[in-house]
Amino acid sequence: MSVQQWDASFVAKKVIHNEKLFILDVRNADAFEDWKIDGHQFEYLNIPYFELLDGIEDILPKIPTDKEVLVVCAKEGSSLMIAEMLSEAGRDVAYLAGGMKTWSEYLEPIKVGDLTGGGELYQFVRLGKGCLSYMVISEGEAAIIDAVRFTEVFTSFAAHKKVEIKHVFDTHLHADHISGGRHIAEATGATYYLPPKDAEEVVFSYAPLEDGMTVQIGASNIDVGAIYSPGHTIGSTSFVVDNNYLLTGDILFIDSIGRPDLAGLAEDWVGDLRDTLYKRYRKLSDELIVLPAHFMIIEELNGDGTVAKRLGDLFAQNHGLNIRNEEEFKRIVTNELPPQPNAYQEIRQVNMGKITPTPDEQTEMEIGPNRCAVR
Amino acid sequence: MKADFQLDAKGLSCPMPIVKTKKAMAELVDGQVLEVCATDKGSKADLIAWAETVGHQYIGMIETDDVLKHYIRKCTNDRTEEMTFDQTIELEQVTNREGLILDVREEAEFAFGHIEGAKSIPMGELEARLAELDKEQEIYVICRTGKRSDLAAQKLVLHGFTKVFNVLPGMTSWTGDLIKNI
Repeated sequence: MSVQQWDASFVAKKVIHNEKLFILDVRNADAFEDWKIDGHQFEYLNIPYFELLDGIEDILPKIPTDKEVLVVCAKEGSSLMIAEMLSEAGRDVAYLAGGMKTWSEYLEPIKVGDLTGGGELYQFVRLGKGCLSYMVISEGEAAIIDAVRFTEVFTSFAAHKKVEIKHVFDTHLHADHISGGRHIAEATGATYYLPPKDAEEVVFSYAPLEDGMTVQIGASNIDVGAIYSPGHTIGSTSFVVDNNYLLTGDILFIDSIGRPDLAGLAEDWVGDLRDTLYKRYRKLSDELIVLPAHFMIIEELNGDGTVAKRLGDLFAQNHGLNIRNEEEFKRIVTNELPPQPNAYQEIRQVNMGKITPTPDEQTEMEIGPNRCAVR
Repeated sequence: MKADFQLDAKGLSCPMPIVKTKKAMAELVDGQVLEVCATDKGSKADLIAWAETVGHQYIGMIETDDVLKHYIRKCTNDRTEEMTFDQTIELEQVTNREGLILDVREEAEFAFGHIEGAKSIPMGELEARLAELDKEQEIYVICRTGKRSDLAAQKLVLHGFTKVFNVLPGMTSWTGDLIKNI
């Protein structure tokens, strides 16, 4: 039987299209426990490759023959070895090219919707890490919001769409992933905006992102308007795009809300978070479609793979928006926090421009699940 | 650091460091230490987990110039023979006394953590180095679990030492400060 090589985009389509798949994950139990390829209809078996060196016969009964089987490891080598062993035993299996490393880096661009006058809004879904980036396109120009570090994905997408990147925004100084914003701006001549309150320690120049500021994309009617909305960080800023979409950064997610502690100041910022979620956002139209900078669980994906929901629906359904008692809210948001993301302090240093790790080191820093939310 | 065997797994990526380590370990005798030089950073978590799965003792790792040196001690089914040396002392009492703590584990095990003031003579070198010990002093023989030190204590008595105690349980139960020579 043959061994097939599947690339990350092929697996991404299976996640988005809700397909069935059996994943044999041969990484360490700890690594598997920490994060895996999530799919609505995926089944899993985790057995470290080093327990299979003497043969895979023992696990054959656990591997279905009526489903597609994908072997996954950290970087590819072990999954290929185990896939070949399974193949010799007569099974049809595939392995993931580049392993979880490549999976954590893969971005799937999905169109969220059309904008006024022929514009478009794209969401770049980083399935392996839960990061969401955005590109607003209109009349030959583009703005990018919360770009992850794989800058060529954005620049080549812009080239493919024949648009010029003019504005690059980060809603806040990210702590869970390395921003590509500054580097895209440097490569394209675009303006890079950061909220000044988050940027006090950055060592490069940037354009200040101020409350109420509006940037026009293209010649006609598409505005990107900034709303100061602190809480996750003191500078966190949201955007309203084309009066229709609310980009919330790490303040509000589909099924959770932002955490206030990644810059070390949970007690100081929880009040700001409360005000943003319970006052500032309440003044906005319920019809706005919320587009966050992250998703945490696969259930947050819509049928088309996008992560988006009406603000009015979130007010009704998101638990974090429905904690009446302010003290209770403060207690949950400061005491019931999940573990902090891997290497978050170093990642902040990178995003401030203070350290410049090698690409391998950056991969290492970003490994593991996203943990920017409190549910 | 001293090891009985060296394995060069530099430049190899997963799964080869483990595959080679497994093969190399098969050639070792129980109790011997293998040094694995690897450059694959993922090798650390995998070697630790693999060693635990098969029952070997993962002693520790030293990182220098992008090379990771792992030390693993072979343990095929921990020997089940009874400990027979009956002059024993509990671990907690050892540090309150005047005598010498004699650590008979391998050099690498000692280097990755021992009790302050302990003297290192690996089990295999004991007979050749008896002259370094004082028959008038109390000697508390310690190892990882109490088995090697049991044998070492018997050996010392055979050579005329009388103030010898086997420390039980052993370093696995030590919760105090560890001195490292790495």
